[in-house]
Amino acid sequence: MSRFLLSRLLAVIPVMFGVSVVVFLLMQIAPGDVATALLGPQATEQAKQELRHTLGLDKPLPVQYGRWLARTGEGDLGVSIATQRPVASLVLPRFLNTLLLTVASLFLAILIGYPTGLFAALRAQTVFDRSTTGLTLLLGSTPPFWLGLILVLLFALRLRWLPVSGMYDMAGDGGLADLLRHLILPAVTTALGPAAIITRMVRSSVREALAKPHVRVARAKGLARRTLLRRHVILNALPPVVTITGLQLGYLLGGALLTEVVFDWPGLGSLLYDSITARDLPVVQGTTLLVGLCFVLVNIIVDMLNVVLDPRLQEG
Amino acid sequence: MDATVRVVAAPPQRPRRGWRLAAFVRDRAAVAASVLLGLVVLASIAAPWLSAHGPYEADNLLRYAPPGTPGHLLGTDQQGRDEVARLLWGGRVSLMVGIVPTLCASAIGLALGMLAGMLSGFVDQVIMRTLDVLFAFPIVLFAIAFAGAMTPGIGTEILAITVVLIPYVGRLARTATLGVMAMPFIEAARAAGGSPLAIARRYVFPNVLSPIIVYATTLMGLMIVVGSGLSFLGLGVQPPTADWGAMVADGRVVLRRAPHVTIIPGIAILAVSLAFNFIGDGLRDALDPRTGRRAG
Amino acid sequence: MSDDVVLDVRNLRTRFGPRLGGLVAVDGVSFALRRGRTTALVGESGSGKSATALSVLGLIDPPGEVVGGEVLYRGRDLRHADEREIRRVRGARIGIVFQDPLSSLNPALPIGSQIAETILAHEAIGRAEAMARAVRLLERVGVADAPRRAADYPHHFSGGMRQRVLIAAAIACRPEIIIADEPTTALDVTVQAKILRLLYDLQQEMAASMLLITHDLGVVAAMADDVLVMYAGQVVEQADVDTLFHQPRHPYTRALLACMMGVEDDRAVPLTPIAGSPPDLRDPPPGCRFAPRCPAAEAACSAWAPVALRLTDNHVIACRRATEALVDG
Repeated sequence: MSRFLLSRLLAVIPVMFGVSVVVFLLMQIAPGDVATALLGPQATEQAKQELRHTLGLDKPLPVQYGRWLARTGEGDLGVSIATQRPVASLVLPRFLNTLLLTVASLFLAILIGYPTGLFAALRAQTVFDRSTTGLTLLLGSTPPFWLGLILVLLFALRLRWLPVSGMYDMAGDGGLADLLRHLILPAVTTALGPAAIITRMVRSSVREALAKPHVRVARAKGLARRTLLRRHVILNALPPVVTITGLQLGYLLGGALLTEVVFDWPGLGSLLYDSITARDLPVVQGTTLLVGLCFVLVNIIVDMLNVVLDPRLQEG
Repeated sequence: MDATVRVVAAPPQRPRRGWRLAAFVRDRAAVAASVLLGLVVLASIAAPWLSAHGPYEADNLLRYAPPGTPGHLLGTDQQGRDEVARLLWGGRVSLMVGIVPTLCASAIGLALGMLAGMLSGFVDQVIMRTLDVLFAFPIVLFAIAFAGAMTPGIGTEILAITVVLIPYVGRLARTATLGVMAMPFIEAARAAGGSPLAIARRYVFPNVLSPIIVYATTLMGLMIVVGSGLSFLGLGVQPPTADWGAMVADGRVVLRRAPHVTIIPGIAILAVSLAFNFIGDGLRDALDPRTGRRAG
Repeated sequence: MSDDVVLDVRNLRTRFGPRLGGLVAVDGVSFALRRGRTTALVGESGSGKSATALSVLGLIDPPGEVVGGEVLYRGRDLRHADEREIRRVRGARIGIVFQDPLSSLNPALPIGSQIAETILAHEAIGRAEAMARAVRLLERVGVADAPRRAADYPHHFSGGMRQRVLIAAAIACRPEIIIADEPTTALDVTVQAKILRLLYDLQQEMAASMLLITHDLGVVAAMADDVLVMYAGQVVEQADVDTLFHQPRHPYTRALLACMMGVEDDRAVPLTPIAGSPPDLRDPPPGCRFAPRCPAAEAACSAWAPVALRLTDNHVIACRRATEALVDG
C-alpha cells in the first residue's frame, strides 16, 4: 500500500508545477503594463525600460518563469503594488481565516449532509425523503452569494440574532464566542450548497449498499440492526461519499471566496477581490497560487483516504 | 440466480423515432421547466415590447420603491430604475453568460475529448495532462482569477467561463469516446475499411453527443449561477448595464430598507438554474437507452 | 406437533407486489421438518422454493410480503414474532447458507470477523474469544492456514472457499436447523461434491435438521431424506426420497425425473425435456397449474385445483389424475 501512496504523491508534483505555470501565464495575459503601473503614466519611456530591465521583464518567458518559480520557492511572492508590502505577509494571515471558514463550512456540510442523507435513504419514498430531495434540488441551484444576503437579511437585520459581517466585533472583546457568532452565517451560507450535494450522494450510496446481497446475509445472521447498519451498509457506502466530500472541499474553497466578499470576512477571498479591484496583480497571483496548491493537496489526501477505506483498491 | 422474484412492468412497445421525445414529454417537471425557460428567453428577447420603462431610466423621486408601486410592478432599485425592466434586460446578459460559454466549451471539449479518446497514446496524454492541471483549480477561483486578470466586461466573463468548463466537458467526452471505441462494432467498421474520420462521424459522435448534451444542460444551470457570481463581484458587465448578479450586488447597500432589490434578481437566477436542472434530468432519462422508461 | 418435528410450516403464502397485479410466489406450501433429517425442496427456477426458505426466516424484502400461513418453531409462530424474537432465532437457532458466494460476503470486512459477528450477536463472549472460535470454525470447514486466512478479505478467496466461509458463519452458533439455498449451484462441479460432503458432515456432527433448496435431483438423491417437489409456487408431490425416485406419482415429478436422470424404473431412457415453460405467476392458469404442460391432463384438471391427497404417511400428492388412477386401479 505504501508504494501505491508514494506513486500517487509523486504524481502530484507535475500537477503542482502545472498549477504554477497556469498562475504565471494568467498574469502574463493581464492587460496593462507593470512598469506603467509602478511608475505612473507620466514616467518616461526610458525609465520604464530601465525598470523593465531591472525586473527582468525583457527576458524570454521561460526564463521569467524560472526566476519567478525560484523566488516563490523561497517564499518571496513579490510585493503588493497597492500596499508595497510583501505579498507573503499579506496572504498568510488571511489564509488562516479562510481555512477557518472552510473547515467550519465543511464540518457543517458533513454534519447536515450525512445524517440527512442516511435518514432519507432508510426512509425512502416517505415524506421526509421526498421533501429532502426537493430541498437539496433547490439548494443546489441557489446562488450562494444571494443566499448569504438573504440569511443576513433574515438573521442579522430582521431578527438581529447574529452580526451582519466581519470576523469580530469592532467594539467587542475579540474572544471565541464573538468569533463563533460571526462565523455562523458565513459558514452556513458556504455549507448549504455542498451539504445538498453530500445529502444526495449519501442517500444514493446508502440505497445502493442496502440493496447488496450481503446485507440480507447479515440479516440472516440475526445481527442487531445497529450493528448491521454500521458494518454492512454504512461501511460499504462510505467510499463514494468520502470522494464526494473531498470534492466538495474544492467547491467550498470557491464558495468561501464568494462568501467572504458578502460577509466581509478577512480571508483570501476578500483579499483576492480587493486586489482584483485594485489591479494589484502580484497579490492576485500569490493568492491564486496558494489556493490552487491547497486544492491539489486536499485531493491527494482524499485519494489516499479512499484507498484506506476500500481494501480492493490497495491491490493497485 | 437471485431468490427474489422481481415484479417488472413490461415497458410498452414504442416506435423508435420520436421515442425519445415521448420519453422526455413524460417527465412533467422537465416539460414545465422547458416551458418556463422558453418564456424567460422570449421575455428577455421581447424586453423592449414588454416593459413600460427602459433599464436605464432613473427616477430620483421613486428610489427603492417597493413592489406594487403604481407603474412599477416589482418596484424600483436604488436609482429609481424599474425592476421589471432591469430583470428583462438583465436576463439577456445573464442568460447569455450562462448559455454561450457552455456551448463553446462543449464544442471545444467534445472535440478535444474525441481526439484524446480516438487517437490515444501521446495525444491523449498531452491533452489529459493539460486538462488535469486546469482541474486543479476550483471553478470559481479560476473564473475569478481569470476574469480578474483581464479587463472587466461581458466578453471576459464569457471567455473565463468557457476556459474553466473545457476540462470538464473534455473529460466526459473522452470517457464516453473510450466507451464507444471499446464496442465491437468499431472493430467491424475498421475491418470494413472505414476511415477514422468516417468512424468518428458515424459512430463516435452521435453516441458521445447524448451524454454531452445532458451534461451541458446541467452545466448551463450552474454557469448561470457562476456567471452571476462574477457579475456580483463586478468582474462582468459594468454599470449601468443590467445583469442579475450585478443587481443583487446593487441591492446589497439597501438590503435593510429595500430588500426586494436583492431578492428579486436572486429568485430569477434560482428559477432559471432550477429549470435547467430539471431539463437536464429529463434529457438524461430520455436519451439514455437503458433508462428509457420513466424513473419512479 | 409431534415431538420430532422441529419446523412445522402450514399453508405459507408469500406475495410480491400489490394485491392486484402482483404475483404469489409461495402459494399454500406446507411441510414438516423432522429432527435430524434433511428435507429437500426441489423445482425449476421460479417455482418458489427459495422464496419459501426466505419466508420461513422472515427475510422477504418489500415489495414482497408473507401474507398467510404459519411457521411453527418451538411452539412459536415465527410469522407473528416481533423483530427481536426473530433475530434471536436467525443465525443462532436457524442458520441459512445462501447460494451466491461471490456476493454474499461483505467485501470490506475480513472474513474472520464476518464469522465472529454471528457469534457475537448471540452469545455474551468477548471479541477475542469469538475470533478464536471463528478460526476454529474455518479449520473445521476446510480452510487451510486458518489463523492467517481469517484476516484476509473475501476477494482473496475462490468461490468454493467463500462458500465454506459462509457455511462456517451459518453454523457458528450450532443451530438446530440449517437452511441451504442452492449451496452448490454457483460452484464448479468438482467443488460441489466437497461442499455437499461438508454440509452433510456438519449436519451429522451437530445432529441438526436441514432444509435443502435445489433444482438438482442428483443433490437430492445424495443428501435428502424427504423431498418436496414444487411447481409454480405450489407443492405437487411430497415423499421420502426413495419413494419419490422409485414411485413418483405426479406427472411433473415423473417428467422432472425423465428429463434429468435418464433413468426410469432402473432402465436407461433418453432424456426428455418438458414441453412449454412455467406459467407467469401474475396470471396463473386456473385449476392445476401444470395442466397446460401435462401429458396426462384432462379438461377437468384445468377446471378445479387439485386437492392434496395423503397416500401414505410419507407420500402426499396433488393431482387429480394420479388420485383417480389409484382409486380406480
